[in-house]
Amino acid sequence: MRRGMIYALPDWLFIIVLFVVPIVLLIVMAGSRWTLMGGNRGWNFPTNFTKVLHNELLGHAIGFTLEYTVIVTVILLVLGLGLALLVQESSAWNNVLRTCFLLPSATGLASASLLFYALYSPQVGPVTKILAHLGLMDANGSVLATGQSALWATIIVIVWRFSGYYMLLMMIGLQSIPGDLYEAARMDGAGTWRIFRSITLPLMRPTIIMCLVYCVTGSILAFDQFFILTKGGPNNATMTVVELIYNFAFDSKKDLGMAAALSLIVLLALVVINSIQMRGLRDNTK
Amino acid sequence: MTTPLWKRCISRILQALLALVFIAPLIWVVICSFSPQTGSAQTDGWGPGNYLTLLHYQDGLPTYLANSVVITLVTVVLSVIVCTMAGYSFSRFEYPGHDLGFMVTLSILMVPYASLLIPLMVWYKDIGLNDSLVGVGLVLTLFQLPMSTFIMRIAFDAIPKDMEEAAMVDGCNSMQALVKILMPVVKPSMVTVGLLAFLEAWNNFMIPLYLVGSSHAPLPLALVNMRQQTMGVIDYGATEAGVVVLLLPAAILFLALQKYYVKGFMAGAVKG
Repeated sequence: MRRGMIYALPDWLFIIVLFVVPIVLLIVMAGSRWTLMGGNRGWNFPTNFTKVLHNELLGHAIGFTLEYTVIVTVILLVLGLGLALLVQESSAWNNVLRTCFLLPSATGLASASLLFYALYSPQVGPVTKILAHLGLMDANGSVLATGQSALWATIIVIVWRFSGYYMLLMMIGLQSIPGDLYEAARMDGAGTWRIFRSITLPLMRPTIIMCLVYCVTGSILAFDQFFILTKGGPNNATMTVVELIYNFAFDSKKDLGMAAALSLIVLLALVVINSIQMRGLRDNTK
Repeated sequence: MTTPLWKRCISRILQALLALVFIAPLIWVVICSFSPQTGSAQTDGWGPGNYLTLLHYQDGLPTYLANSVVITLVTVVLSVIVCTMAGYSFSRFEYPGHDLGFMVTLSILMVPYASLLIPLMVWYKDIGLNDSLVGVGLVLTLFQLPMSTFIMRIAFDAIPKDMEEAAMVDGCNSMQALVKILMPVVKPSMVTVGLLAFLEAWNNFMIPLYLVGSSHAPLPLALVNMRQQTMGVIDYGATEAGVVVLLLPAAILFLALQKYYVKGFMAGAVKG
């Protein structure tokens, strides 16, 4: 049945023209002096990499991205599992709850960020007024004005947007646990917490690790939310690594070579991080 | 169960409040887009003033909407066609390069948008897709390939082989077997693939940010540009109206096709 290959041709065409060629070009660009306006000025390896690694913003951007990734991942995984446990039994009421939790997932990251940008604004949004009323901040201030509060403000957007998404993934994992296991445990006199710890958590491990991979990957690549809410500010305090790529390419350096070098570093880091997490998955399913 | 009534009532109320937290921002933005606000076009009384601002902002809402529609259409149509064909190929045929093709398709998942966008800015200039809506749709399609090809492969795997073998005995070729016999069966998965492509293409911001200029901006990018260009005096009213315009089709389609969305996740979970 060699003719079946024909059906994969469009797929291959996409892969070669839009995936393989750009990756090769990325490697060439990372090793070349290549400016936004001037184009290719020839091979200069490893200048771009040394410039990137010595850039004063890189260290902070990596630290900030990792901090954001850890916080978001912990919150989303816990909340996702919690919501899934809450609504896992099928009933009319639970279906309404599920839909409410899931609806934010239909919004794009950009529109969610713009929506919360308005919510956070001291002029039109209620958030500043409420916080000022509680005495937690100045009535004319903005939650986006300091690095730490901007970080949490952004995390709230992401948690709002993605909780339902992780709830759904966790629910599918929960459904694969055979019901008689719970029944047997209950017969043996196990309480709710004991059942959760000894049955639900261990059997949910593959699902949890899959959610972990998704969430860590997505968070390390955070861009839209920070670009729209803070543009990396104030004073580059919320600059993520992927924002730094944009910054090198269009703002501070107008240098596509440096942007390519950093992109390549991020790509390789991601492959390493993902394969470590995947190994965790494989060990478990043996 | 023996849970007392008052306990159940309290837990219901808490659950309802939690659900409200999730939908409150959506309700808020719809209300605010029509409500009177200083610094927006709608200063006194309720009305559609903010939507009128949006209608006439720079190239005009119709242009940006049209840009969004073109990008979305290209992405949805190509994703469904390419992934259905590829899923068929990987599920039903054995040939050299079969496993490699599937693995490479899945590996697209690991590549960050930015890593492809920097070289694509240069490469698109060479192949004449510079500042092109179709070009944006092609990149969006590429990033739909791993998940959606996977979904389609699973869908084809679930169909017993005798189904199209019987048809082929009757003189159908493999193309006819696909279109006439198999496609009606895998249609739900094709809807899932289309829905995922729609949500991604309609909402995506980063890919057009790198690849097209402001006159070819789809709505999400145009809204962000609008906000930045009037920095200092931000027209929140117009921004809110824009968010509602973006939200509405996505929310409606999502609610109508929710079960297909969930189905897509089931396929993803099997992979894990």
